[in-house]
Amino acid sequence: MSDFQIKKSPTVYDAIVVGSGAGGGMAAYVLAHAGQKVLMLEAGQNFDPRLDSHQLKWPWESPRRGAGTVRPFGDFDASYGGWELEGEPYTQKNKSEFEWFRSRMLGGRTNHWGRISLRMGPDDFKPKDGLTDSWPITYADVKPFYDKVDRMIGIYGTAEGLENEPDGIFMKPPKPRLNELFIKKGAEKAGVKVITGRGSVLTEALPNNNDRAPCFYCGQCGRSCKVYGDFSSSSCLVNPAVKTGNLTVITDAMVREVITDKDGTAKGVSYVNRKDLQEYQVNGKLVILGASACESARILLNSKSTSHPNGLANSSGVVGKYLHDSTGASVSGFLPQLMDRKRYNEDGVGSVHIYSPWWLDNRKLNFPRGYHIEYWGGMGMPAYGFGGGVAQMNGMVPGRDGKMKEAGGYGKSLKDDYRRFYGTGVGMAGRGTAIARESNYCEIDPNTVDKYGIPVLRFNYKWDKDEILQAKHMQETFLSIMKEMGAVVTSEIQGADTNYGLLNPGKIIHEVGTIRMGDDPKKSALNKYCQAHDCKNLFVVDAGPFVQQGDKNATWTILALSMRTAEYILAQKKKQNI
Amino acid sequence: MNRRDSLKALGLTAISTTVLLDACKQPEAKTEVAAPEESAKEAGREQWELDRDKNLKSETFFTKHEMATLTVLADIIIPKDEVSGSASDAKVPEFIEFIVKDIPEHKTPMRGGLKWLDLYSFNKFQKPFIEASADQQISIVDEIAYPKKARPEMQAGVAFFNRMRNLTASGFYTTEMGVKDIGYVGNAPNQWTGVPPDVLKQYGMENVKI
Repeated sequence: MSDFQIKKSPTVYDAIVVGSGAGGGMAAYVLAHAGQKVLMLEAGQNFDPRLDSHQLKWPWESPRRGAGTVRPFGDFDASYGGWELEGEPYTQKNKSEFEWFRSRMLGGRTNHWGRISLRMGPDDFKPKDGLTDSWPITYADVKPFYDKVDRMIGIYGTAEGLENEPDGIFMKPPKPRLNELFIKKGAEKAGVKVITGRGSVLTEALPNNNDRAPCFYCGQCGRSCKVYGDFSSSSCLVNPAVKTGNLTVITDAMVREVITDKDGTAKGVSYVNRKDLQEYQVNGKLVILGASACESARILLNSKSTSHPNGLANSSGVVGKYLHDSTGASVSGFLPQLMDRKRYNEDGVGSVHIYSPWWLDNRKLNFPRGYHIEYWGGMGMPAYGFGGGVAQMNGMVPGRDGKMKEAGGYGKSLKDDYRRFYGTGVGMAGRGTAIARESNYCEIDPNTVDKYGIPVLRFNYKWDKDEILQAKHMQETFLSIMKEMGAVVTSEIQGADTNYGLLNPGKIIHEVGTIRMGDDPKKSALNKYCQAHDCKNLFVVDAGPFVQQGDKNATWTILALSMRTAEYILAQKKKQNI
Repeated sequence: MNRRDSLKALGLTAISTTVLLDACKQPEAKTEVAAPEESAKEAGREQWELDRDKNLKSETFFTKHEMATLTVLADIIIPKDEVSGSASDAKVPEFIEFIVKDIPEHKTPMRGGLKWLDLYSFNKFQKPFIEASADQQISIVDEIAYPKKARPEMQAGVAFFNRMRNLTASGFYTTEMGVKDIGYVGNAPNQWTGVPPDVLKQYGMENVKI
């Protein structure tokens, strides 16, 4: 007898949330605290930073000494996932090289992210250049939710009064490190503004919260934090929501599709359990997708029915389109002035201490929009790759005796060089606005399924000259900053042949825009509350709804929009509209 | 607080892969989820990572002769000095044995490079590298340790030595001995209050404000 069956639960939840990252976590948090009975489905396994973080481990506790062999950001990084997942492929069209990062775990990619928490500004929502569509909402609409997120989760920074870099409600920022002072001086000479970073790390106790402790400055946010000193969806949203008694979480639940009634309303979700490989169906009065911009688009496109022949929420045909990821390019080198520097603990916080917000006027440039700059360097914990550049660097500056020597070497003199160069490293990377284009998209590949039999995504993404010229500008700026601070560049100089070091789309892991919001149902999938035009009890709370991302990292905006959507849901429920 | 209590305190008992099973017909051959003792021992790791490490550790890549050659080379690159021990004191050869299996791109260049070294030594001194005298060994290393100065025909040896030097540094400075040598003093709870005043003064950064 065949064991195949679909296990249907008789429970009807007030809402089913798909995904436990920033968007899903926030929606579940708000709804569960308002007394709604919520079911959350997470494709990956359970993860709790308190128990599962590799924080404070030493390099020798990893047989590969922290190398990125099994985890792209190193052996201690808090991601169960990467750009490639066994048995879960994606494909490319027209020689695209989109790279899709997925974390299969409770909290998703919020466990390992850089905690850089920037608000989008008024011009990001309503671009003045008219090149891309405006959002159907303004900064003023989102500001109250950014404020609430700041207070609820905690963020450090400084009020700067910059119009398109809106200030938040900030805790005290971490002090700059030595290399950051060199950067500040050099960047200013190069005409680049440098301000205090903004990160979701508790530099002070969070008022009215007994679950989270302040940062103890190990600089390891990427490993996730055992004392919940930074923002992870698992520690700050999902676990507290579970504590209300109103949220049930099912892990290892890989969603196949949203099930709709004959009249086209969403009634539930079907999923496959990754462990027992059985099929399940759960019911809810609402379905809220927060599976990530691309995964939620995939679910919608795979949810075809007679009422939604084009896929759910896709009568406009825009689902999957307007995919865009931040641009990224970088330069690195070392500061000879810092050779033989004094040793002390400068781990600091695991997010940025400083950054450069976009500072130029596009009327004088040959590309639209802009980028911000993130910086690094200093006396970090050794890991696989340590000392890799020393055998080139030791031929670039005079030795102890003041004479130049041959690059390379071995023995006591090389050992001395490793010590001399330690902590001199410095580098910077741009994160810029990529234009949302209809021609950059993901769609269902009709020929390919993953190991669960779910049709996979196929990507079509090309950088345009707007992004390439922006990367060229980044390189010129970075080299100028390096020069002004007296740094020696060791990374390869990038030219037109490599698109000026512009990384493949998907590499920055800020992909957004695939289920965009708008007032016109013919040109958008969602209304301005992230509610599907075609299906009133379906919402999307990840980065899918973004019309156009600024150069700012997406997470803080995902949190604010998800909170706004969850409050809208509660208000609509009260009015019995949904 | 033990694992069970902290789980309870965090409300995680509501998180389960099997919440719905009660409501459903059980499959005939239901497999048990991993035993809790095992996951407690290896928190924060996926099962496939643990299995992969176990498999790598059960394999042997380098021959005894290759390991002996690696050890000599590693100690030429990082010898004992007044600050710390040698590469082999820090078990660098054992690390290299693991890492070439973990990152298989290293395998052929390392094996081939060691072979190149022996052949070069044999042609020059009629002995494999480890049987050559210390002076003879150093004379060969001098020909491949300086990429810009090396003769063009030594390029294969230079490429091998670059890789060997990098793996040796990786293996050494990621041990307790190496971390102590290099002077990394972080990875401990502390209060970061900024650059120490004497350091600010040393670099004339007292007045630089962000």
